[in-house]
Amino acid sequence: MTDANTDVIQGTLDMLILKALSLEPMHGFGIGRRLEQMSGQVFKVNPGSLLTALTRLEREGWLESEWADTPNARRAKFYRLTRDGRKQLREETTDWARRAGAIARILDAEG
Amino acid sequence: MSLHRRIVSGLRALVRSAGTDRDVADEVEHYLAEATAAYREQGLSDDQARRAAQLDLGSRTAVRQQIRAVGWETRIESLLVDLQRAVRRLRRSPAFAAVTAGTLALGIGASTAMFSIVRPVLLQALPYPDADRLVTIADAAGPDGTPMDVTFGTFLEVIARSRSLQWAAVTRSWQPTLTGYGDAERLDGQSVSGDYFRVLGVHPVVGRDFTRADDRPGAPQVAIITDGLWRRRFSAEANVIGRTIRLDGAEATIVGIMPRAFENVWSAQAQIWRPLGYDPSLPQPQGREWGHHLQLIARVRSDSTLDTTSRELGSIARTPVASFTRPAWASLRGGFSITPLQDRVTERIKPALQSVTIGTLLLLLIAAVNIVNLMLARGAERRTELVTCAALGASRVRLLTPLVGEGLVLAFVGGTLGVALAYVIVDALITFEGFALPRLDVIQVDPMALAFAATLSTLIGIVVGCIPGLALSWRIEATGSGPRVIAGHHRLRRGFVAAEVALAMVLLIGAGLLVRSVRQLMAVPPGFRPERVLTLQVQTSGPEFRSPERVRAFFDRVREVARHVPGVTSAALTSQLPLTGDGDIYGAGTKDDSALPPGADPSAYRYAISADYLETMGIALERGRTIDEQDRSGGQPVAMISASVARRRFPGRDPIGQQLRLGPADNWFNVVGVVGNVKQSSLAASSPDAVYVPEAQWRFADRAMWVVMHTTVDPETVETAVRQAIRDVDRNQPIVQVATMEQRVAASMARQRLVMGAFDAFAIVALLLATIGIYGVLAGGVIERTREIAVRTAIGASRADIMGQIGRQAIGMAAIGMAVGGAVAAAMSRGLVALLFEISPLDGVTYIGVTVLLLIAAVVSAIVPAWRAARIAPAVALQSP
Repeated sequence: MTDANTDVIQGTLDMLILKALSLEPMHGFGIGRRLEQMSGQVFKVNPGSLLTALTRLEREGWLESEWADTPNARRAKFYRLTRDGRKQLREETTDWARRAGAIARILDAEG
Repeated sequence: MSLHRRIVSGLRALVRSAGTDRDVADEVEHYLAEATAAYREQGLSDDQARRAAQLDLGSRTAVRQQIRAVGWETRIESLLVDLQRAVRRLRRSPAFAAVTAGTLALGIGASTAMFSIVRPVLLQALPYPDADRLVTIADAAGPDGTPMDVTFGTFLEVIARSRSLQWAAVTRSWQPTLTGYGDAERLDGQSVSGDYFRVLGVHPVVGRDFTRADDRPGAPQVAIITDGLWRRRFSAEANVIGRTIRLDGAEATIVGIMPRAFENVWSAQAQIWRPLGYDPSLPQPQGREWGHHLQLIARVRSDSTLDTTSRELGSIARTPVASFTRPAWASLRGGFSITPLQDRVTERIKPALQSVTIGTLLLLLIAAVNIVNLMLARGAERRTELVTCAALGASRVRLLTPLVGEGLVLAFVGGTLGVALAYVIVDALITFEGFALPRLDVIQVDPMALAFAATLSTLIGIVVGCIPGLALSWRIEATGSGPRVIAGHHRLRRGFVAAEVALAMVLLIGAGLLVRSVRQLMAVPPGFRPERVLTLQVQTSGPEFRSPERVRAFFDRVREVARHVPGVTSAALTSQLPLTGDGDIYGAGTKDDSALPPGADPSAYRYAISADYLETMGIALERGRTIDEQDRSGGQPVAMISASVARRRFPGRDPIGQQLRLGPADNWFNVVGVVGNVKQSSLAASSPDAVYVPEAQWRFADRAMWVVMHTTVDPETVETAVRQAIRDVDRNQPIVQVATMEQRVAASMARQRLVMGAFDAFAIVALLLATIGIYGVLAGGVIERTREIAVRTAIGASRADIMGQIGRQAIGMAAIGMAVGGAVAAAMSRGLVALLFEISPLDGVTYIGVTVLLLIAAVVSAIVPAWRAARIAPAVALQSP
C-alpha cells in the first residue's frame, strides 16, 4: 500500500462507524471497507480497533447487533444504528464540524 | 445514561462468559474470511491472501482479548482466573494449605464465636430503655466483705429516704407449682415488689402492671406471665387475662402478659411474677421482712449520676434516723454496694470472657503471622518467576495479585471452616452450664457475626498476601534480582519468626498461669469427701405442706426411703449444700461476744441437718459428738460448729458445752461438737464459719432440703432408683439439681477450667507454629547458604562449628521473641488476676518454665537443619553449579 493510506484520526473512529452505519446495517469487515471507500482510500482501518470499537459502541447502546447470512452465504454479525446512536451521530457531527472549522480558521490565519 | 446498561450487559457477559467468547471468536474469524476473500479478488493466491489478512489483523488472541476487555466484567474474570490459579498452586502444596487454612479456621472460628457472645453480653446495652440508669444495690457487709442481699426493712428505708432513685424494687426467686391447668408443672418465677416492671421500664403488653395495692399482705393473689408461658401453657388464648390459676395450691389471677421480646436478665428463667406481699409495718424483727434474701434493683433519676446516688446512699447508711430502726444484722455498718445492672449481670463471666477473647486474638495474630512467613518462603521459591514478570513490565499490582489471590483463597477456606467452628463453639458454650452466660436467648452466630467473620477473613487474606508481595516486589525493584533478594528477605522472615515466638510466649504464660492456678484450686481440701456422693434437692409446695410437722415428716420419709435404695450406704438431709450457690447466713453470737473484735463479721452459714450428715459427706468430726437421731424437737437444742468458729469465738476455751446464738436473740444452742471447715461458696472462698443444727430443732421447717447419699457404687447408677423411691413418697414434689459432689467440685472450677482449656489449646497451636517458623527459616537458610557452609567446612570448620552456628541462630531468633513476649505477657497477665488462685500474675515458675520450653522448641527445630548443614560435603557442594 502507499503513503496515502493512513490510520483514522484519533478519536474519530466511533463517529465514522456511526456515519457508515447510518446508511445501512453492515458487518465489521463491511464497515471497514466502506470507510476506506468513503475516504477515497485515505484511511486504513485497523481491524482490532474496529472490532473493539464496535463492541464498545454496542455496550453504549448506540448499536444493535444480530447474526445473519451475508450475500455470499457466510454467517456474520450485522450492526445497526439505534435511535440513541442516531442522536449521538448528530451530536458528534455537530461537534466535529465546530472543531474542524476552528482548526481551519487557525491554519488559514495569516501570519 | 448507560451505567445501568453497562452493568446489565457486563453481568450478562459474565454469566454467559463462554457464549460471549465464542461470539467474539466467530466475529474475528468472519472478519478474516472476508478480508481473505477481498485480497483474493485483488488477485492474490489463496495462501498469500490469507497471510495478508492475518497480517492486517495481528494476533487473533490479542484482538479477541482486546475486544473482551471493553467491559468491566473482564477485570472480575481476571481476578477469578487469579483465584483459580491460586487454588491450583495451593493444591500442589497441601501441607502448606492445610496448616495455614486450619490455623486460620481456628482463629477465625474462635474470634467469631467470642464476638457472638461478647457483643450481646458485654458490648450491647441491656434491652431496657435507658438501661445505663439501672443499678443493683446490696448491703456491703456480707461474708468475706462481699455484698449480700438486703432486707425488706432496708429497702423501705432506702425508698423513703433516697431522692436520687426514680424507681426501686426488691425481688426474690419463687418456684411455684402450677396445677389445675393441664399437668402439674414447677415454674421458675420471681416475687417482686410493686414497682419492679417500672424499674425496668417494660410493661405488660396485654393486661396491667402490678399496683402498690397488689403488693400488700392479704391482697388478692395476682400474677404476670411471660409471652412464652402464655403460648406454651395457655395456647395463646386471648381471654387469659382475669383467669384464675392454681399456684402451690392457692388461687391467683393472671393480670398481665409481658411483651414477647421482654428479657428478664435479672433472672433469665423466670416465667411468672407475683407481688412480694411483705408487710410494710415490719411487725417483728425475726420475721421474713428482716431476712437478707432480697435483691434490690433501682432506676436512677435522669438528673442524678451513679456517683451522686452512691454518695447519697452512703450517707443514708451512715446516719440512721429514729423512724427507721435497724436490727443488728441489718445495721448497714458497711454501707451499700452499688453496681450497674449490666456489670452485676456479667460480673462473674466478664474476666473469663475478656481473657478468652484476648487469647483468641493472639491466636488469630499468630496464625496470620505464620501465613505471612510461609508465603514469604514460597515467594522466595518463586522469585525467578516474579523477577521475570517484573522484567517483562508487569506492574506492582500485577505482581501482587497472585499472592493476594492465595491469601484470599486461604482466608476464604479458613473463614468458611471458621464460621462452622463458631457455630459449634457458641453452641457448646451456651449449653455449658458452668459458664453461666447471661442473655443466653439472644446469643447466636447472627448476621452481624457472619459479617464480622467475612470482614476479618477478607482483611487477613489481603494483608497476608500484601505483606510478602510488597516485600518481594520492593526488593525486586530495588535490586533487580539475585541473591540479595534472599538476604534481605531473610531478615524479614527472622523478624516474623521472632514475632511468632513472642505471641507464643504470651499464650504459653497465660496457659501456664491458669494451669498452675487450677492445680492449686484442685489441691484445696473442700472439707468433705466428694467421691461417691449423690445429691439432689426436693422442694415441697402446696397447702398440705403448710404445717412444719407435715414438712418434717415428709423429709424424714424421703431420707428413710433413700437410705434403703440398694447401693446407698447412708443418707442425710441438709438445708444447704456446699458448692451449690446456697448462701444461708445468720449472725452468730456468744454470751459475752468478747472474743470477736469490733467490726468483725459475726455471720456464719446455717446448716439444718439430719443425723448421719457428717458420715455421709465425709466431713471430719474434730471434737465432741455428732448430731444424731436423739436430737429431736423439744429436746435440748444442740449445735456443731466449724473449727473456724471454735477458734474465733471460743479462743483458748473448750467450745464443747458452751452456748451459741444463731440468728434471733433467743435462739441459743448448746455446742456439742466441732467439725472441720468446709468450702461453701467456692473452693477459692475463705469464709468457713458454719453452724450445724438439727433440722428438727430449728425454729422453722425448711421447705426445700438437700438429700445426700453415700454409695458403694458409682453414684450416678443409683439415681433412677432414688428418684423413683422419692416419687413413691409423693409424686408431686419436684426433685431438682441432681449431681454428684465430684461434679459439683468440677463445676465450681468450670470457668477457670474452660479458660484454661482455651489457653492450653491456643498455646499448643502457637508453640507448634513458632517451632515450624523457626525450622522453616533455618532450613531455608541452610539450602541457600550451602556454598558458604561448604567453604567453611573446606577450610577447616568442624561439624560441631557448623551445627553450633545453626543452633545459635535458632536461639537468637527465639531469644528476641521471648524478650518481647515476656514483656508483653507481664503487662497483659494482670487481666487474668480475677481467674488466678493463690498465684502471682508474674509467677516465676511459669515464666522460667515457658522460657525453657521455648528454648527447647528452638533447639528441636534446629536439629534437622543443623544435621543437614553438617552433612554438606564441600567437594560436591562446590562443584555443583
